[in-house]
Amino acid sequence: MNQAIQQILTQKLLALADDELILAHRNSEWIGHAPILEEDIALANIAQDELGHANLWFELHQTLTGDDPDELAFFREAAQFRNVQFVELPRGDWAFTMLRQYLFDAYELLLLDQLQYGRYQPLAQACAKVRNEEIYHLRHTSSWIKRLGLGTEESNRRTQAALDELWPYAQQLFVPLPGESILVDEKIVPNLGRLHESWLERVRPFLTAAHLTIPSNQTPPTNNRSNHTHHLTTLLADMQKVARLNREAVW
Amino acid sequence: MIEQTLEVDDKLAEFEARIARGEKIEPGDWMPDEYRRQLIRMISQHAHSEVVGMLPEGAWIPHAPSLRRKMVLMAKVQDEAGHGQYLYHAAETLGATREELLDALHTGKAKYASIFNYPTLTWADVAWIGWLVDGAAIKNQTMLAQASYGPYSRAMVRICAEETFHYKQGKEMIVHYASSGTPEQKAMVQDGLNRWWPPTLMMFGPHDSESTNSEILMRWGIKTKSNDELRQEFINEEVPEIQALGLEIPDPDLHFDEDSGSWIIGPIDWDEFWQVVRGNGPMNAERLAARQEAHENGRWVREAMAALYYKFVTDNYSKVSKAIGLSPERN
Repeated sequence: MNQAIQQILTQKLLALADDELILAHRNSEWIGHAPILEEDIALANIAQDELGHANLWFELHQTLTGDDPDELAFFREAAQFRNVQFVELPRGDWAFTMLRQYLFDAYELLLLDQLQYGRYQPLAQACAKVRNEEIYHLRHTSSWIKRLGLGTEESNRRTQAALDELWPYAQQLFVPLPGESILVDEKIVPNLGRLHESWLERVRPFLTAAHLTIPSNQTPPTNNRSNHTHHLTTLLADMQKVARLNREAVW
Repeated sequence: MIEQTLEVDDKLAEFEARIARGEKIEPGDWMPDEYRRQLIRMISQHAHSEVVGMLPEGAWIPHAPSLRRKMVLMAKVQDEAGHGQYLYHAAETLGATREELLDALHTGKAKYASIFNYPTLTWADVAWIGWLVDGAAIKNQTMLAQASYGPYSRAMVRICAEETFHYKQGKEMIVHYASSGTPEQKAMVQDGLNRWWPPTLMMFGPHDSESTNSEILMRWGIKTKSNDELRQEFINEEVPEIQALGLEIPDPDLHFDEDSGSWIIGPIDWDEFWQVVRGNGPMNAERLAARQEAHENGRWVREAMAALYYKFVTDNYSKVSKAIGLSPERN
């Protein structure tokens, strides 16, 4: 692998890992506080799966750079994180959490479907291994969106409010990194523009069938994964506080 | 015919004979009202303890200091939710509903393990909960796995297996921090022991002479060991392991008695125990408020679930009626 490809691939892996880590963290905040006990269990499960994926991407990143995954997770500052703002927004209410997870699952399943046939074998193999988890996530979150969209006036109103807020942010998932086209040319990662079309084809009719209106604003608040909201700073202060008590400590 | 005319006394005699033979009592079987009442009380308290028990450890999921610890802690708190779930189901087999049990929790009528009314102040507390609190729970639950009521006993077998895992995870952390940790980690571990040791010993309940429910529970094979017996077993098992790590157990009277082969502890502060049981512990109000808040915040979600279910049933009225053996009368 030439140096230019390797460099952009490590950036891509870090972006993938950070998305999953931050989303897993947000979802895990519900454990012990979910609307029904069954959802404490289910969401804990989804959070563990996403954290597991973050781990996979961090490990692949490590094979290319030597960077320790814990070092990356616990000792970077907010500006060094490469997740989209979409995943760092506070968990909100149940509608917000379920809708974000649904939009993410629909994206991730399509992404993994493609990545598993990519030409970078370690990445392709890892994707093939975890792809099926996303089918279960999507089944779970889809059924929640259906319940919430079609349930009561209040649940519909809350889910619509979540969609209005999340829709522009969700588009951030489809913004390629600068230089990502090299990876597309090498058939290592899929073309995000095309992935976006497939995603829209899938989620639009589904959301409409759940009596939700797709917002007209589809412009992501930022295209740059280095820009973050203040919510990420707060999240990292929580996440990193024990690890940073003593840099030498092994936990 | 004869069976139908059996007096309650005869039924009771037969019931007690079954327990004496080591048979399990199953959901449809005859049982004394008091047996049912005691079981619903115990099983629901136990379920509530799992659910409230998610809070002190769950509070540390956002702060877990490595990716592995974060994963393990999420899985652990998830297990607690799972235990709550099968215990509520076990209580349902006795005619209780989850709604009424949760209502009793939220209105403060039902009790849960007092240990969860203590705060988790540092990351090491998560480890001590695993070692001490889960360790003490395992003692109690291993006994309850022999309980005469089938569904409770079977739930306990499964729960014990998972708790044993939690206990090992907690111990693994303490051993690591105490033996090869930094000075901060060692101090954190000793501080946690100072705070968790005394209330852990209270988890086994009052001394046998003070325990109001124990006699009937033992007679009906729900409990097979007394509070003091279980407490002493726990002390004898854990004291040497904790001391081997160079940690100091916060009890100046603690000593080994050669004659009985037991570790003898100093007096337990029962005033504190009863204060916490009565709702005046350091975290009682906060724990209950957190549960009430989660329940209230989830109300609209549960209403949406119910609404959609109702819609499904009415839209599919004829199919549903047929499936449950009713003739559809709606046109």
